[in-house]
Amino acid sequence: MRPRFTPGDKVRVHAQEVATHCRTPYYLRGKRGVVARVFGAFPNPEQLAYHKIGVPYQPLYQVTFEYAEVWGRPQRHTVITADIYQHWLESDH
Amino acid sequence: MTRGVHDLGGLPAGPVDLSEHDRTFFDQRVDAMMRLLAHPEHGHYTVDAMRRAIEALPRDDYFGLTYYERWVRAIRQLAIEKGLIGEDELKRKLAALAASGGKT
Repeated sequence: MRPRFTPGDKVRVHAQEVATHCRTPYYLRGKRGVVARVFGAFPNPEQLAYHKIGVPYQPLYQVTFEYAEVWGRPQRHTVITADIYQHWLESDH
Repeated sequence: MTRGVHDLGGLPAGPVDLSEHDRTFFDQRVDAMMRLLAHPEHGHYTVDAMRRAIEALPRDDYFGLTYYERWVRAIRQLAIEKGLIGEDELKRKLAALAASGGKT
């Protein structure tokens, strides 16, 4: 799968509830951030976890979040970075 | 709310235990088994499956077991899932091991 986002793009993490395995931490669901890096495409861990081969491969991004966006209170000079797969991200205009 | 038992980011956690500790022989054996079974080329399942099995532990087990005890539970479940060993066979071997006083 081709990367939809490039560094600098504003994105929002899906506010999705899942009962199965995923690598998107709960505290980032629904939060707005900015793409910092594109790592490439990797087998989807949500499929690998159930003995499947993980296709289509999902582009993986490093996304940065402002502290206040995540925790609701300001903290100067602090950003949070996390690795998020593309199917968990939507464009945030 | 479906928040996994393992997904603790942002929850109150109390003080963090920063003391150093060594891996026990048990820990090392479990680590070795996991690395063989989840080997990228020669293994039988992925580290993602390990994570999934650990995350699915009941809350009391998740917080009551040690780190490598969680791994053993996951290894056991996945070995059965993948048909590497049967539930009955495993029980027989465990019973034999207990009867022999733990000597293999």
